[in-house]
Amino acid sequence: MDTFGFLMQGLATAFEPMMLLYALVGVVLGTAVGVLPGIGPALTVALLLPVTYGLDPAGSLIMFAGIYYGGMYGGSTTSILLNTPGESASVITALEGNKMARAGRGGPALATAAIGSFVAGLIATLLLAFLAPHVVKLALVFGPREYFALMVLAFVTVSAAFGESALKGLVSLFVGLALALVGIDQLTGQARLSFGVPQLLDGVEVTTLAVAMFALGEALFVAAQGPDHGAGVLAIKGRVRMTAQDWARSWKAWLRGTAIGFPIGSMPAGGADIASFLSYATERNMTRHPEEFGKGAIEGVAGPEAANNAAAAGTLVPLLTLGLPTTATAAIMLAGFQQFGLQPGPLLFASAPQLVWGLIASLLVANVMLLVLNLPLIRFWVLLLRIPQPWLYGGILVFATLGTLGVNPSVVELSMLVIFGTLGYIMRLYGYPIAPVVVGLILGPMAEQQLRRALAIAQGDPMTLVQSPIAAVLLGLALVALVVPMILRARGRGDALAQIGTAED
Amino acid sequence: MTPRGAEGRRPDGAAFVIGAALVALGALLVWEGGRIPNKQGYAGVGPGDVPWLVGWVLVLLGFGTVWEGWRNPAPPRPRQQAVPLVWLLGGMVVMVATIHWIGFVLGATILFTCAAAAFGERRFGLAVVSGLVLGFIIYGIFDVLLQLNLPAGPIEMLIFGR
Repeated sequence: MDTFGFLMQGLATAFEPMMLLYALVGVVLGTAVGVLPGIGPALTVALLLPVTYGLDPAGSLIMFAGIYYGGMYGGSTTSILLNTPGESASVITALEGNKMARAGRGGPALATAAIGSFVAGLIATLLLAFLAPHVVKLALVFGPREYFALMVLAFVTVSAAFGESALKGLVSLFVGLALALVGIDQLTGQARLSFGVPQLLDGVEVTTLAVAMFALGEALFVAAQGPDHGAGVLAIKGRVRMTAQDWARSWKAWLRGTAIGFPIGSMPAGGADIASFLSYATERNMTRHPEEFGKGAIEGVAGPEAANNAAAAGTLVPLLTLGLPTTATAAIMLAGFQQFGLQPGPLLFASAPQLVWGLIASLLVANVMLLVLNLPLIRFWVLLLRIPQPWLYGGILVFATLGTLGVNPSVVELSMLVIFGTLGYIMRLYGYPIAPVVVGLILGPMAEQQLRRALAIAQGDPMTLVQSPIAAVLLGLALVALVVPMILRARGRGDALAQIGTAED
Repeated sequence: MTPRGAEGRRPDGAAFVIGAALVALGALLVWEGGRIPNKQGYAGVGPGDVPWLVGWVLVLLGFGTVWEGWRNPAPPRPRQQAVPLVWLLGGMVVMVATIHWIGFVLGATILFTCAAAAFGERRFGLAVVSGLVLGFIIYGIFDVLLQLNLPAGPIEMLIFGR
């Protein structure tokens, strides 16, 4: 069967009433966490992992993907109306979007963000569907050493290539890798770094780490800045509707944003933040209204919002076809697959085609739902921004501890929650990125297994790692991604890199 | 080498502490890597080798952090308020220590109230009541309906009978 046939079959799955319900729950939750500052899609999926343990795998994964897409939609609302990004990929949207809202053009800004997200989500999901089978064919020739090289590349791009400093990114990554070593070695059964504590034999739970770092760490950091003096929420003036001129200026920006976002998301080159930043830079260079940039140019909202949605869809390409997560949210979704005993990768397309294609098709459905949720119903979401800060964070923390309490309420596990939360606070305080820790924890054991398998096949000869052309090229790219930004920073050109950095969702 | 960082205070104390912590963590991993029986098999790499490697990289990163902190001290951090931190961490610790005795609903109430206090809420009566209501709603949905096994205490026994 060809891609089109599979996609039709997937649509049949996606239109089952239960699957529609899961998708709806996902996009509603996703939009809500996207809108609320201080809680993003990565944390939400982590929270829901234990809750979905007993539910249907396909439905749960559809819900997770809905949350990811929804977070990208919802984040723009907060950026535009509050000048505080609801999630990290919407930082750029705040630049022009908030200026537009201040000038009384909040309606068109929200509309171009929502419609741009829809256009980009639709195109990028179709690209995902038609690209994935080809990547799967490519992935079938990958052996352990190619996978290991791919993971090294992902480690470098997530930690060191962007952000304030390569040193800090690498510190975060290696702290994650160290945590990943706790527990029983998967190849020999040897207990490592567990110091005789039986609860440590299972290793550090992804849920515990993500919740501690993202929810508790963030709450501690915000609380320690003292009472909130932030600006109020801007009311939406006028109708959420665009004029003919707005359309004319937006549609090219949407398409350019998609063209930038999808490849960046689908390569192990970091996530939606980088895509939205590059799209903004492109729009600023190509605009016919340069005088408006910095004062509320609609292209500066349309492009980045399209780019971050396209990148979210792109991220699913390596996740589904190679089992390789390139963002924190994707890493936690990978943990979601593993929870159901599924390993994303080329084999999943053969062993569970209904699930994979159902998931891809339901992303198209979710996209339509999100357009409805974010255009006519936008005023409802804005109400969420009026929840007072103490109540918001109180609620977030209670929900955050729920996952750990429900699955493994041992004193050891709960203490880890407190310790990692404090660690998350300290890392935020001193400017260390959080995402590499989570990615290191999840990818670390996989990278170690592939490395040791590759060496076992070659009977211990380390040269085997660079003797396959694909592996050598990937490792070479990793080296370039590590060294070139270092040179740029040393020459004082690091500002742009610092702005792109700190991908958290 | 003359330190260049003009804006920061020198020496950058935080960088020294962070660097020392990284070296200590790395040393722990190197020690553990050498301690455990290393069945290398065909691979020539056993379970102890990756901890050993990660440990040495952490040690190097620790020294790098100290070096960077000396050469290029970070600008001073914004002043951190201690009281909200105590509220929030205190709430977490009390919740963790008592949850198995008092059950989920009261634990959630404690955590909610302390967290709200950390963000400046001073109407404690209102916060306690809201925390109780939230705890009941979550327990009802997740434990009773979705079968998530939340810790039960006297209140849960009394009302939900489990």
